[in-house]
Amino acid sequence: MNAILKSPFAWLVRREYWESRRGFLWAQVWAAGAILAISILGIIAAEVARVRFGDQVQFSSGGLSEALRNGFEHNTPGLVQALDGTLLSFASIGAIVLTFVVFFYLLGALYDDRRDRSVLFWKSLPVSDTATVISKIVAALLVAPLIAVAVVLAGYIGAQIIASLWFLAHGLNPFTLLWVHAEPFSLWLHLLAMVPVNAVWALPTVGWLLVWSAAVRSKPFLWAAVIPIVAGVLNFWIGLLGLPHISYRFFWGDLVGRALLSVIPAGWIAPNAEYLNSRGVNFVHGDQLAAIDFSAMAHAFTLPEMWVGAAAGIALIAAAIWFRRWRDET
Amino acid sequence: MNQAIEAVMDEPAMPQAGTETVIRARGLVKRFKTTRALDGADFEVRTGRIVGLIGPNGAGKTTALKAILGLTDFEGELSVLGMDPRRQRPELMRQVCFIADVATLPRWIRVDEAIDFVAGVHPRFDRAKCERFLERTKINGQQRVRELSKGMIVQLHLAIVMAIDARLLVLDEPTLGLDILYRKQFYQSLLEDYFDENKTILITTHQVEEVEHILTDLLFIRDGKIVLSTTMEEMGARFVEVLVNPDKVGAARTLKPIDERGAVFGKSIFLYDGADPEQLAQLGEVKRPSVSDLFVATMKGTYA
Repeated sequence: MNAILKSPFAWLVRREYWESRRGFLWAQVWAAGAILAISILGIIAAEVARVRFGDQVQFSSGGLSEALRNGFEHNTPGLVQALDGTLLSFASIGAIVLTFVVFFYLLGALYDDRRDRSVLFWKSLPVSDTATVISKIVAALLVAPLIAVAVVLAGYIGAQIIASLWFLAHGLNPFTLLWVHAEPFSLWLHLLAMVPVNAVWALPTVGWLLVWSAAVRSKPFLWAAVIPIVAGVLNFWIGLLGLPHISYRFFWGDLVGRALLSVIPAGWIAPNAEYLNSRGVNFVHGDQLAAIDFSAMAHAFTLPEMWVGAAAGIALIAAAIWFRRWRDET
Repeated sequence: MNQAIEAVMDEPAMPQAGTETVIRARGLVKRFKTTRALDGADFEVRTGRIVGLIGPNGAGKTTALKAILGLTDFEGELSVLGMDPRRQRPELMRQVCFIADVATLPRWIRVDEAIDFVAGVHPRFDRAKCERFLERTKINGQQRVRELSKGMIVQLHLAIVMAIDARLLVLDEPTLGLDILYRKQFYQSLLEDYFDENKTILITTHQVEEVEHILTDLLFIRDGKIVLSTTMEEMGARFVEVLVNPDKVGAARTLKPIDERGAVFGKSIFLYDGADPEQLAQLGEVKRPSVSDLFVATMKGTYA
């Protein structure tokens, strides 16, 4: 392990983290912090309401403490769902932040250093362009998501602590009420296990963004986004003329969607739906988490979408490496 | 398999000053859409030399350096330390360092991070040495590159590069835009703390006067071709400048000067290539031309 951390490749990945610390770490911390701040504001509002209007306004005769006790002690499934929901709210915000951060990180990964000419410094070191590009992919697909998942856990524990203090203030025992429930932590392990699944799923977008990042002279975002749109409009127009064209669904869903949106965590859930239906999973009635259980993740690897996309992604990454090696305009 | 054998055979032996060829270029051609940045350039650079690659803007200096560093594709034969820069760039970069100009250190990085990183990826980097160089400056490890002045950025880059035990150092306009104190200090450090008979330095610069006294060899490049390749000693023996009184100008012209320019008091300065020194001495005061005068004479008509 020590030898791995001291290898040149580990330094390449570390370099990526240093450069993108703000997006990888601090954006996640701020997002989780915002949720915690909002919960504290909510608790304060509840307490103030209790003092101002008395208990009878919102709660039954036993007051807030009694309401909490009734709500939580006697309704364990509801409580577990609420705790899972808390974790998922951290996870969803984290996933949104992660999507944006990773998308723009990849667009800039092979472009920003060409723009400011620091590529000449990086290229003065004995590092192959292949290793450089792969280190950026590792940063985007493993480092950033692992940090996000860690911050989700920290945020959840923070929320539990805040709730515990609130419970204590009302003479309730937070250990028997909150901390005995291991389900949210099991859910968190699922988030962790999802990282490699998401990584393989994201490859086409990674390749698409890196190619433009490595190849264009300026405005990689425009190229990466405008080309599919122009192609889509042309395809639509050809269709209007009644000529043979690519099916719109395939074009927007399987080509453009995969090229631009596969970095969204758990994007493989949609093509996995058939399998989930065959298992009798009912999304409407509380089975949502079945979509990301271990068997669903395993099944995602049997989807042709997964492997065709990954192959396309790897081909695009190879092209990005080629551009990184030979693009020369500084 | 064949490649492996070739690589072993190409492995250079321990260098000996002045005898081993560090760079050998034959017929380098680099085409762009409408022009040729390199148009059949031939040159050699040997170990233990400080070579100035000098030419006007657009002559192909930077393209030649990029070819040597494996940053661009080209046609022709080029061997750097026995390696092909097109195929073996990462291996080559263990032995070759370059400073491409003042502003290529990434602006976001902290000084400490830059040093950690180079120490992590470069097997020939001596961290203690780098830190010793930095102690002489006002640079502090917590600063980011964007907080440093241009002069300090160069000091940092130079400290990093000088701590790498490389055999070839390539400098492309390394002091562009620096004030005179930093420029002097830059070349002084290179000579005192870095250069030795096992190392080779290849420099391109516009400020010829500044490097003139440290160069051992000259390569003049014009329109993608090497037009002059000489050591400084040979240059002194071959090129002579004569300050000629007006009455002897006619005689001076018959000796086929390569350049003639006016001087004070109606005198003229003639530049000769390989003329008989005794004959020249009769024309007037003889002296060794400066590199910049030789450069101007050689490049006449380039912008015309």
